[in-house]
Amino acid sequence: MENIDVKKIDEYRWEIPKKGEMLVPGRIYGDRNIIDHLVADVRAGKEWNALRQIVNVACLPGIQRASMAMSDVHPGYGFPIGGVGAFDMKTGVISVAGVGYDANCGVRTLKTELARDDIEKKKKELAEALFAMVPAGLGSTGDIRLSVDQIDEILVKGAEYAVEKGYGFKDDLLYTEEDGRVRGTDPSAVSREAKQRQFKQVGTLGSGNHYLEVQYVEQIFDNVIAEAYGLKQNQILISIHCGSRALGHQIGTDYIKVLEQATKKYKIPIKDKELVCAPFESEEGRRYFSAVNCAINAAFANRQAIAHLTRKAVNEAMGTDEESVKMLYDIGHNTAKLEKHLADDGKEKDLIVMRKGATRAFGPGRKEIPKAYQKVGQPVLVGGTMGTCSYILCGTEQGMLETFGSACHGAGRNMSREQAKKQWRGEGIVNELAKRGIIVKGHSLAGVAEEAPGAYKDVNEVVDVMHYSGIAKKVALLKPMICIKG
Amino acid sequence: MAFEYLDHEADVGIKATADTLEEAFEEGARAMFNTMVDIARVEPKRKVEVRASADSVDSLFVEFLNKMLSRADREEMVFSRFRVKITKGKPYKLTALAWGEPLDTEKHEVKTEVKAATYSGLKCWTDSGKHHVQCVLDI
Repeated sequence: MENIDVKKIDEYRWEIPKKGEMLVPGRIYGDRNIIDHLVADVRAGKEWNALRQIVNVACLPGIQRASMAMSDVHPGYGFPIGGVGAFDMKTGVISVAGVGYDANCGVRTLKTELARDDIEKKKKELAEALFAMVPAGLGSTGDIRLSVDQIDEILVKGAEYAVEKGYGFKDDLLYTEEDGRVRGTDPSAVSREAKQRQFKQVGTLGSGNHYLEVQYVEQIFDNVIAEAYGLKQNQILISIHCGSRALGHQIGTDYIKVLEQATKKYKIPIKDKELVCAPFESEEGRRYFSAVNCAINAAFANRQAIAHLTRKAVNEAMGTDEESVKMLYDIGHNTAKLEKHLADDGKEKDLIVMRKGATRAFGPGRKEIPKAYQKVGQPVLVGGTMGTCSYILCGTEQGMLETFGSACHGAGRNMSREQAKKQWRGEGIVNELAKRGIIVKGHSLAGVAEEAPGAYKDVNEVVDVMHYSGIAKKVALLKPMICIKG
Repeated sequence: MAFEYLDHEADVGIKATADTLEEAFEEGARAMFNTMVDIARVEPKRKVEVRASADSVDSLFVEFLNKMLSRADREEMVFSRFRVKITKGKPYKLTALAWGEPLDTEKHEVKTEVKAATYSGLKCWTDSGKHHVQCVLDI
C-alpha cells in the first residue's frame, strides 16, 4: 500500500518531508479535516490522489522552496488542483499540467451601485436578462464572430482589444491583472486549429464549474480594506468565472505532444506522464510559454466581452447605466507567469510560477497590482459553490514570503461528478435553492447536479485556513442571489 | 464492449474495454461524448473522418480523443458511433470514421463540456484477452 508521510507544522501548515527523488518538500495549507481527507484517499489506494501529485511535482527540475497546495487542494491531472510550483528560469521546467487546459481560467468581479433590496424586486427579470444575454453551456456560441487576423490581435492585446472594439471601458483594464494584456505573446506559436476553434467562442462562459453569479455583500471583515476596494454591506456584485475557451484547450492539447517529445529529448525524469515538460529556456519551453501568454490574453478578452454583455443585461433589467457597473478586479487562477520572488539561492529573481487552480495573491506594495490597491494588497476572488457563498480576500506580506504570493481559488471538490449525479438531481437542487431565494438557471440539469454544493468542501473552512495562516486576509463574504450555470 | 467512469474528484476518468484495441478506442470515444451529451440520443446522420498519429499506442488514444473534440467543436456536432483502424509502426497511425449529427441542446440532453483528454492515468493494456484503455478527461 502506498504511504505518504504528512507532518504537522502548525494548525494550518503541513509538510511532506523531502524523500527519495523529491527536490523540495511538499507544503500543504489545510486544517486537520482537509488533511485527513487527502490521507484517506492515499490509504484507499485511489489512483488519483493529491498527495501523490504534490510529491510528483516536488521531483520536477528547478523547483524552488516547496511543491505547494492551497487549502482547496484536490486531485487534478499531473499537478493537484490548488497546486503552486515556482521554478528557476535556468534550471526549471514548464508543463501543461502546471497551467491546465484552460489557461487563465479566472474570476472577474464587477461592482454595482445597487443594493440587495433593488435586486429582490426584480430578481427574475435580471436572471432572465443575464441568461439570455450571456451564452453558456456545451457548444454555445456568441454573437461575436472573428477572423484569424482578429484572433491574432486578441492574442497580443487581450482585453485591450475588446475595449477598443467597444466592449467595456478603458478603466476596466486598470483593474485587470496585467492590465488585461500580458506581454511575451507570439500568435505564431498558436495553431490554426486553436484559432479556428475560437471564431465563435469569444464572449461565452463555457460549462463545468463556470458560472456567472449575482451576489450581495453579506459581511465585511475588514473595513479598511473593504473601503479601498469600494465594497459595502448589501452591495450587489457580479462575478464571472470562465477561461480561455477552446483556444486554450487546443493550446494545451497541441503542446502536451510537443512537451512529450521535449521530455525525451532533454531526458527529464517525470513521475506521471501528464507531467511532460520542457526546460523553460529551451525552444519548446519558450514557445509553449508564449502560447500560454496568448491564451491568457484570450481569457482576459473573453471575460471583458462577458462583462460587457453583463452590463447590458443589468441595464436592461434594472434601468441603470452601463458605466455604473465598475470593476473590482479580474484575476486568473490557471497560469504560468514570470514573477520576482526570493529563490532558494537567497537572491531575488524572476521565477516561473505555475498556479493550477490557485490565485495570485500579491500583498501590499507590489507594483503589479492596481495603484488603488497597492497600500492594502490585491483582491483575491474566491468562488464558492452555487448554494453557499464566495469570498473576497486580500493578499498579504506573509503570502509573499511563503507561497510566492498565492492563495486558494475556490471551495475545491471532495466528491466525483459521477457520485454527485447519483446523489442529487439537478431539478432538486434548483428547487431547494429557489426556496432559499437563489435563482439557478442552467443549460444542463445534469451539469447542475455535478456542481451540487454538497460535492464541494466547505468554502468557509478553506478560506479560514488562508486567513488564520496569514496567507490571505478575509475582507468580505458574498451570498448568491442569481446563478447562471454553463 | 463497454465503458465506465472512474472515481476522480475533479474531472472524469474513463475506461473502455473491448475484444480488440480498435474497439476499445471506439468505446473510449463513446465514453467521452457521453459525458457531453446522452449518446443514445445522437443519431448517426453525418459521417466525418479523422486521422491521428503518435509515438505510442497510449498517446494515440489521447490524440484520437482530442482530434474528435476539436472536430466536434469546429463542426458544432456530437458523435455516437465510431470505427477505428490502427496501423502499428513508428509512429502509430489511426484513421477513424465517426457518425453523429449537429448538436441539439434539447434533443441530446447536454451535460458538460470536455476541455481535453489528458495523459493523466493514461493506460492501454490487455488481460484475459480483453483490451482496455483509460485516461482522465479535463472538465
